[in-house]
Amino acid sequence: MSAPAGTVRPARAAAPGNRLKSVLWHAVALAVLGVVLYPVIWVIGASLKPGDEIVGSLELLPTDPITDNYERLADGIAGIGIETFFVNSLVVAVGSVIGVLFSCSLAAYAFARIRFAGRNLLFTLMIGTLLLPVHVLLVPQYVLFQKMELVNTYVPLLLGKFLAVDAFFVFLMVQFMRNLPKELDEAARIDGCGHWRIYWTIVLPLSRPALITSAIFSFIWAWNDFLGPLIYLNEPEKYTVSLGLKMFMDQDSLADYGGMVAMSMAALLPVLLFFLAFQRHLVEGAATSGLKG
Amino acid sequence: MTSTDISAPAVDGEERGTRKTGRPAPSPAPAATARRRARRETLAGYLFLSPWCIGILLLTLGPMLVSLYLAFTDYNLFDSPRWVGLRNFSEMFSDDRWWQSVKVTGVFVLIATPLKLAVALGVAMLLARPRKGQGFYRSAFYAPSLIGASVSIGIVWRALFQDDAVVDRSLSLFGWSGGGWIGDPDWSMPTLIVLSAWQFGAPMVIFLAGLKQVPRELYEAAEVDGAGAWRRFRSITLPMISPVVFFNLLLEIIHSFQIFTSALVIAGPGGGRAGGPGDSLLVYTWYLYEQGFSNLRMGYASAMAWMLLAGIAVVTAVLFWSQRRWVHYEEGGR
Repeated sequence: MSAPAGTVRPARAAAPGNRLKSVLWHAVALAVLGVVLYPVIWVIGASLKPGDEIVGSLELLPTDPITDNYERLADGIAGIGIETFFVNSLVVAVGSVIGVLFSCSLAAYAFARIRFAGRNLLFTLMIGTLLLPVHVLLVPQYVLFQKMELVNTYVPLLLGKFLAVDAFFVFLMVQFMRNLPKELDEAARIDGCGHWRIYWTIVLPLSRPALITSAIFSFIWAWNDFLGPLIYLNEPEKYTVSLGLKMFMDQDSLADYGGMVAMSMAALLPVLLFFLAFQRHLVEGAATSGLKG
Repeated sequence: MTSTDISAPAVDGEERGTRKTGRPAPSPAPAATARRRARRETLAGYLFLSPWCIGILLLTLGPMLVSLYLAFTDYNLFDSPRWVGLRNFSEMFSDDRWWQSVKVTGVFVLIATPLKLAVALGVAMLLARPRKGQGFYRSAFYAPSLIGASVSIGIVWRALFQDDAVVDRSLSLFGWSGGGWIGDPDWSMPTLIVLSAWQFGAPMVIFLAGLKQVPRELYEAAEVDGAGAWRRFRSITLPMISPVVFFNLLLEIIHSFQIFTSALVIAGPGGGRAGGPGDSLLVYTWYLYEQGFSNLRMGYASAMAWMLLAGIAVVTAVLFWSQRRWVHYEEGGR
């Protein structure tokens, strides 16, 4: 069996040295997988252990799992029902998704499909904001929202999403829309369609993969966000899950590890479920957003 | 492959806009019609862009100007800002905790970024071979990047790296008597660095996409010439993916400068005022937050923010400048 030059694979399966290589490959990959997944499996296991066994025990999963931690969690933290935090986080996360899909797709359409004076300059400006550390804006934005008496509402957390401030999503959608065949809108234009019709009936439906990726990312980022809620929310009733968790942690530093781990698990769950359901979209999105263009 | 340079977006507006072709123009259209059309296009463009325009003025450019002004004032949110000239900046240089936060962040950026990228590249090279399960591993390895910066994972890290907890006890099986990670000023930073390296998935995915574009024939030719694995890595892989390395380096450095949540949570309860054991986890953004929002020294915090921006700008500029020495963009790449 002589493999022609250029095709390597047929030869590989046959040689015994290559089988060793294959075993080695899987061994290394599994080892990495072990390290990567350990903390996630640990938190699942720990949330089902009695509180005093969580930190010290080396067993990954409990021998007889208990649900006490979750039951205690159901009583709430500092007199606030746990579901409050989750509903708050959900409001912020879903609001973010709607805002991002609306505003970023409009901006992306303009950058990708309309030729207008000043486009290159504005596009460069947008890319520039991608590299701008948010901390420069923290103080003045807070002053702005404080003057408008919007502190301790969700407006500061959501307004930016409706104004396409997340340049990452605009960029991701521009990359996608730019690759849609130009003939589509040219044909539509001959039929007398304006930009709005082309955007709504042609480009947006075709951009579904990019929209789904943006939706999932914006949900997860809003769900995980800690700095925003930390600055803008000051009543525990309005706290999101991350802030509730931090409050929990500050409150009883040593007392209730069980409850804390259970809540950490509950906070991770939506993100992990999203990941399992949409992992292809997420990984592809992460890979292409930086490269293609 | 030429397009990883994100500072030079490949918007084709300028050249094409002047030509105004692409649309089937019936006979030589009068110049007036063309001009009217161009004006209509511009109007449409700005209509579509209006939310973004409002956003960038109201939430980015405007605040930047305000922040620049506040950096030269004393401001506590309630009294009107008082101009103090450069005093905020000169105060920084004699502020021990500011220096500490610079040191902590500097060490984190310098160690965590290369480490994370090295792991990412190593694993990407492993996964670049077409084998069974490759797609599964790629997804699984990406997962920590989604959750790593959350409060939950910070709490998990705290529990794992506690005195006499999982990491400690596992290491003691190998005869290492570390004795506490998060409680020890010397070992709390390594804890944070490990957490950062654990999130190697995002740069890995980008490396993988880059590795896929390296033509196989190059390796085959090198193998025929008797080049060893290291030689092939140095002379083919690294130059070929250097644009991707550059891109990842840029993103990760900017990212690392802004680390906040993980440091705050790992440092433990009471965080927001204390900076972990011996201020060993007092990252820059945290000290900024403390000055601005706990002490209500908004002028000082703004000055700090501009120093952060200056630091990031300098590093970015050096990176872009060094680019021509080590980043190879393929002309007319495939």
